[in-house]
This record gives sequence, structure tokens and C-alpha cells, in this order.
Amino acid sequence: MSTESKPGGSLGVAMKRKEDPRFIQGKGHYVDDISMPGMLYLALVRSPYSHAEIKSIDISEAMKVPGVKAVITGKDLEAAGLGWLPTFHGLDKQMVLAIGKVLFQYQEVAAVFAETRGAAADGVEAVQVDYAPLPVVADPFASKTDKVILRPDREAKTNHIFHWEVGDKDGTARALAASPKRISQRIWFQRCHPAPLEPCGCVAYFDTMGRLQFHVTSQAPHVYRTALAIVTGIPEDKIHVMSPDLGGGFGNKVPIYPGYVCAIVGALKIGRPVKWIETRTENLTSTGFARDYHMDVEIGATPDGRVTALHVATAADHGAFDAAADPSKYPAGMFGIVTGSYDFPTAHAEVDAYFTNKAPGGIAYRCSFRVTEASFAIERAMDILADELKIDPVELRRKNFVRKDQFPYPSRLGFTYDSGDYHKTLDTALEALGYQALLKEQAEKRAKGELMGIGFSTFTEVVGAGPSKHFDILGIKMFDSAEIRIHPTGAGIVRAGTKSQGQGHETTWAQIVGEELGLDPQNIMVEEGDTDTAPYGLGTYASRSTPVAGAAIAMAARRVREKARKVAAHLLEAGEADVEWKDYKFQVKGVPAKSVTMKEVAFAAYTNMAQNEPGLEATYYYDPPNMTFPNGTYVAVVDVDRETGEVKVRRFLAVDDCGTIINPMIVEGQIHGGLTEGFAIAFMQEIQYDSEGNNLNTNFTDYLVPTSLETPHWETAKTITPSPHHPIGAKGVGESPNVGSPAAFVNAVVDALSPLGVRHIDMPVTRDKVWRAIRDAEARKT
Amino acid sequence: MKVKVTVNGVAYERDVEPRTLLAYFLREDCGLTGTHVGCDTSSCGCCVVVMDGGRAVKSCTMFAAQADGHDILTVEGLADGGKLHPLQQGFWDQHGLQCGYCTPGMMLTAYALLKHHPTPSEADIREGLAGNLCRCTGYQNIVKAVQQAARGGQP
Repeated sequence: MSTESKPGGSLGVAMKRKEDPRFIQGKGHYVDDISMPGMLYLALVRSPYSHAEIKSIDISEAMKVPGVKAVITGKDLEAAGLGWLPTFHGLDKQMVLAIGKVLFQYQEVAAVFAETRGAAADGVEAVQVDYAPLPVVADPFASKTDKVILRPDREAKTNHIFHWEVGDKDGTARALAASPKRISQRIWFQRCHPAPLEPCGCVAYFDTMGRLQFHVTSQAPHVYRTALAIVTGIPEDKIHVMSPDLGGGFGNKVPIYPGYVCAIVGALKIGRPVKWIETRTENLTSTGFARDYHMDVEIGATPDGRVTALHVATAADHGAFDAAADPSKYPAGMFGIVTGSYDFPTAHAEVDAYFTNKAPGGIAYRCSFRVTEASFAIERAMDILADELKIDPVELRRKNFVRKDQFPYPSRLGFTYDSGDYHKTLDTALEALGYQALLKEQAEKRAKGELMGIGFSTFTEVVGAGPSKHFDILGIKMFDSAEIRIHPTGAGIVRAGTKSQGQGHETTWAQIVGEELGLDPQNIMVEEGDTDTAPYGLGTYASRSTPVAGAAIAMAARRVREKARKVAAHLLEAGEADVEWKDYKFQVKGVPAKSVTMKEVAFAAYTNMAQNEPGLEATYYYDPPNMTFPNGTYVAVVDVDRETGEVKVRRFLAVDDCGTIINPMIVEGQIHGGLTEGFAIAFMQEIQYDSEGNNLNTNFTDYLVPTSLETPHWETAKTITPSPHHPIGAKGVGESPNVGSPAAFVNAVVDALSPLGVRHIDMPVTRDKVWRAIRDAEARKT
Repeated sequence: MKVKVTVNGVAYERDVEPRTLLAYFLREDCGLTGTHVGCDTSSCGCCVVVMDGGRAVKSCTMFAAQADGHDILTVEGLADGGKLHPLQQGFWDQHGLQCGYCTPGMMLTAYALLKHHPTPSEADIREGLAGNLCRCTGYQNIVKAVQQAARGGQP
């Protein structure tokens, strides 16, 4: 594998990351590293109750705390017209600071501004809030009854937020009724949290021109600028959003949080810069959680294992406000991908969402909107079907895969899968794994009463929102953009509407430009995250950077190339039509000896352009014709201790097909990281609430992140099936391992326990749950 | 109160609130922002620095006053002039970082580990780094980075 970058041929090269020198020397530039003269610190008073009326708020003692400059409450904001802010898709609104009542524990109630971090914390302690507790609704099934209406501020007096469905309802019901074999299972994808290591935060101030300068942990800085203009009434040209280095995001840094609005209000009101950096507890308890989908899955099949129909009915817990990060017209995101990699003749999926007294969210945590939920449901259910039919889960999958010759494949739930070769990807995994030998070992172990499991997940994702005719946020279509400027010496800069949070855009974007223009990617600077300089883009989440912005960069580079061709024709003294781009340079057709490099053309574009327009730059706004559909086969091999319930992941193999690979080192790094997050979700992570709505996992001692000790060794392999509609054939990969792996882990554990009659265990599959499942199964047998 | 701490060979004498944590002393009083804070419970290790040449400490769990009179090494002091420390080179060569937020603490924990175990096994490294969380890499390349440094910096 080549690691050398060179002019041209830079695609597929494991080039070392250009951004790393600053990070390894402690010169990364994160929001909390920013300090301004006269800067104040903001800290938030938060509710200890999950549902309570606010009888009164007394700030008088807080104002006496040395260093405290101001305290604001929901009433102050409401008076200024800033009491509420629209949620991600604009279909609901959420309180900035509580008005009248609180709806979840840790909800923001008052904002304290002080000279020091410590004084702000002291001020928070001194604010007196008198609460009158109200009845608590802690799950969507209780919410459904509407016995307690949580959101009287809304026109519809119900906790039901929406009903969404796709597919053939009646046809699916008929097909299921007529199916000789049927399985059904409630599958809960627990509430979890992206928990990037850097919490959310911002620094806000108004400069001498009265312009808002806003440094913020944002995966989508342009959307922030527009949303802030809409919410605050500040003209959009007077708002400058800068998203510096981000210490991870994973979807958590897409929404706009109340702390941001309070910091801006404080900066305006007090006339000094304000910094707000949330604590880990604030991050886990109040910012965007993910999942919390209760999915009733039904599959019909023939006795020999041909699937006939799929029905999924979901109760979604959205928390106190409908702040789910889904495009406006897709309240359940891309949940229609729930037919997965399988050719279902008919299918129907529906989602009903409810308010509860829990933190708002439902964000796309390292997945395209609601794809992880869907993928987990179908991959888990296919294993249950295999168990029911006594068919090897591999053979069941193979029998029902969408075949290579069916692409572009119109799924029954409305997507057109672009490309894939699922059988080849599966076979690649089986061979790398030594599947037959593992089956033999498993049979031997079972004969001795030992518990060994092999779990598969052969998932298909849908990423890269998206075609503008379908997808928007707050009405803004989900295109993305790139601007490329090539300097006289053949170096250059590319700016994009995306925002890396560790994905390595400073390297991979330069590699795309290098490939398209025959220039050295080491000398292509990448800039993102500054709304004054970057072209408008929708940001980085839902694996959309490479599918959308990566395409925009390739297309902008091709525009540069077309402009360069005119200059090349002048230099080669040939007609433009006689000049072709070949082997990373311009040549006169049929006369390879007569050629010029892009570097030479770049210099001429500024020094010897003849009648052509000077300069060498281009901008491209890319509206993808379709989504891309990365896929893979993941396999987990586990050993379960029958006495303790302890699960040991012995092997994990990920075979990914993400189309064309820009940088194999970075792709593999993304897969390692995503698998580790999937491992955490499968085995240890849950944001739990008790019946009173108390959050039980408020920090890293209760919400566990795997360490180097628990994390398995990851094996990776690949197949490459380029996307036919993407300019370089790339599909996106960052989220596949988090989407695909939870089912492989759980399927492996259930497979290990299947001789005992265990059919399903909800995540997280903790040692305690496994031990209980074994104990209960053994009790049933005796 | 007055505290005097030597950080990366430079003496910093500052007047701080007694409750000032070492992490914030380094970040805000010394202006060395390479040391990060990622949690409130001493769990994540983003704030790890090396005290007195060989002890990895979580600087969010120490008062600045407790470091009075001590030597502290932070990420800013790892490189030798223009030459990267073998750990820095290892993290770069082996793709041992993505977002970079855990990286300084991770490298300083590894620095102390290698002081005590110059030739660690993979299991030693994994155990030695278990107090440092990373959300991006899955640790595999971090282990390789530390192994490279232990080998003397050869990829």
C-alpha cells in the first residue's frame, strides 16, 4: 500500500494526515482554548425534577455572589422574544430556559454570568427555584395514554407527535397472514449518547462593528448562522460562525443548544465576551441523545427460508421536545432502509413518536438518520427467523440478498439502492474468517456444554442526504459545496461546507483535488468551518461528507480543469478541442510529447493567459441525484462464561464495501472507531431513567466508554463496488461500523445461548442480563 | 494563594484561587491549552500530565496548589525543539489519533508507561492506557503508536 503522496494518483493512497502535526504538539484549537479579554463565564441552573411547575425563581442571593454580573431566566428571554427556539427540522420548538414548568431533569432553568468559572458555579448554587412536582411520564407507552399532557403549549393536546409510515400496509398484512412461517419480536434500541470527548461549548461576542462573532462546537456552522439569524433577528451578514477543531461530534454537535443562545444573549446584554463550556454531566443529560426506538418486527417466510413480507411498528421516545435530527419531510429519517440487504416482495414500516419527561433528542449518532435502528432491527430479526426455521443464518441471508444483477434496486420502502455485491462481500468474510472451521469448533464446544457464538450482520446503509427534492433542514436543501483556488505556483486551497470532527478532511479533500488536477495534495490546503470564507454547506453528519461534499470537490476540480484547458491550449498552441487531459497532464491528442502540467498551466493562468480570463478557481454546489448505499458483512465470534455471564469477543471481522476509497488508512481508522462505539452500545451503554424520570447515567462512571482493555482487536477487509452516480464512486464509511456492528455482537451472544432456547436479549447485553438469561433458561429446562 | 510550578522547564509563579485545579492552572494561568478536560469524574484521562519526570497524573483531579514546587511535563514539552518525540512520531505514523482531543493525555500516559516499562507487551500497553478514553480510534492504532515509540521511533 503506497503511503507516498505525489502529484496525481493520490486517490487510494494511505497518506499520513496533514492535520496531525498540530494535534500531537498540543496546538489543536478547540473552543475552550479561546480566551478573550474581559470574557465572562456562563453556567446554567438546571432542574432536579423531570416534570414540575416553576412557582418562583429568586436570583437575589446569586446576584450577591462576588463576581456574578447577571442572571437571566426564561421570563427575561420570553420578554425579549427569545423564549423558544425551533428544533432541528423546525417542526417543534424548545424552551431556551424553562418557562412556567420544566419537562426533563437537568433542563436549563436560569443562566448565570460571572467573572470566573468558579464564581459562575457559585452563582448557580445561589439561585433559588421553587418547584411543584407534576406527574411524570417516563416512557412512550405511558405517554400514549395521554393521561398527562406534557406539552399544553402545543395546539394539539396530545403527547403523540407524529405517525409516519411507508410501504404497502394492506399487502403486507395479507402476505404475512398467508405466510407459512412467521416470527415476531419486540426489539428495543436503547437510549444511548454520542458522548464526544470534547463536550459542547461556545464563545460569543459582538465586535466593534456590532457583528456577532460566534465560536462554537458545530458540525454544521452555516445552518447555525441561518438559524441564529431567524431566531435572534440579527441580519445574517452580521453573524460570523466559526467552528474550530472539534473533539469528536458523532451527531451530538448538530443541534443548537440553549447554552449557545444564552451565551449570545449575555454577550449582547452585558457587552462582554461570554464563554460557555458544558460539563460531562450536562453533555450526557441534556444534549442530543440517540435511538430509544421500540420496534415490533414481524417477518413472514416460506419454510425453506424465502422471505415474503416485513412489518415494523415503532414507538419512538423523543423526550420533552421534538428535537430529533431528521430532515423536515422525513420525521423518522431513513427508517425505510429497514428491509436491509434483502429482497422483500412487500413491506410496511411505521413509526409513532411520543413526548416523555426525558431529555430531547433523537439525533443521528454516527449514522444516517435512524439507519442504525433499522439496521439493528432487520439484522436481529433475520437471525430470529433463521433460528425459527433451523437454517444457518448465513444461508438465510444468502438466499434473500438483493442480487448483483438487481442494481439499481428499487426497495419496497422507496429507496433505489445504487450498487453492491452482497454475495461477494459475504463470501469474502466467510473466507477470511474460516467459517467452516469455526462451525466445527462450535459444534464440539456445544457437545461439551460450552457456549460459543458466531454472529453476522450483513447490513446496507443509506447515506449522503441528499437529493434536494427530498431532503431539507429548516427548509434549506441538503446540497453541499466546494470552492477551489489554484495559486500561481500550483499550490491551492479548497474550502467546503463540511466540518471535520476527526474524519481527516484536511487530508482526504486534498487527495481528491490532487487526483483530479494532478497536483501535490501536500500543497492543497483545506479550510472548513468558517462561515465567512467557506461556501454554504449543510455540514458533516449522516456520512454525507464524502458522498455530497466529496462529490462537490471533484466537480469543482473538474471545473478548474476545464478552465485550465483553455490556458493549456494557448501554451500548446493547439485548438482547445485538440487538448486532452491524460496521465494527469494536458496533451495534444495523439502527440504525447506535446504536454503541459497543471502546475505549468497554473502559473500561466496568472502570467501568460492570453485572451483567457485570468486566475484559476471554481465553485460547485452539488445536489446528489441519489443517496449512496454502503454495505458490509460483519462477524463477531464470542465465548460466553456459563457461570458468570461474561462475554468475551474473541474475534471481530468487518468487511466493508464503501465504494472507491480515498485514503485506506483513514477508512480503516474510521472502521476501528465505529466498531468500538458499536461494541459499547451492544455491551455497556444506556442512558437509563427511573420511573420518576431521574437520569441514572450522568457521567463516565455510569455511562461507560470502553477502554483499551475491553476493546477487541479489529480485523478488517473490503470489497469495492463504486457508486455509479458519485463522481469518484465513493459512498462514505464513517458510520457503517456503528450501524452494522451492534447486531453482529448481539447475534453472536444469542447464538451462543441458543442451545438453551434463548431467542433475544435487548441491548446493552450486560453480564448481568446474560447471566439472568442463562439462569432463566436453565430453570425452564429443569 | 501563590503557587510556583515548573512546567516544561519554565517556572510559572501565579496567584490563584485555592480551588483552582491543575488542569485549569495549566490551561488558563500558563496558557498551555494542549491539556484538555473531558469529564468531571477523573474517568477520561484527557488531562493527564507527567509529574516529576515519571508519574502520570490526572490534572483535573489535583489542585494547582498540590503541584506547588513540582515539575510538570505537558504535551507542549514533549518535542525536543523541532524534533518530535518518538511518541508523537508514532501517533502520526500509525494513525493513532482522529479528533486529537484525547491525544495529549494518551501520549503523556504512554510517556510514563515507557519510563517504567521500556519494552511493554501489547497487554502491558492496553493495561497502561486503561485510564485514558478515546472515542475515535478503537485503541488499536494507539497501541501500534506506543509500540513504535518503544522500538525507538521506527515505523
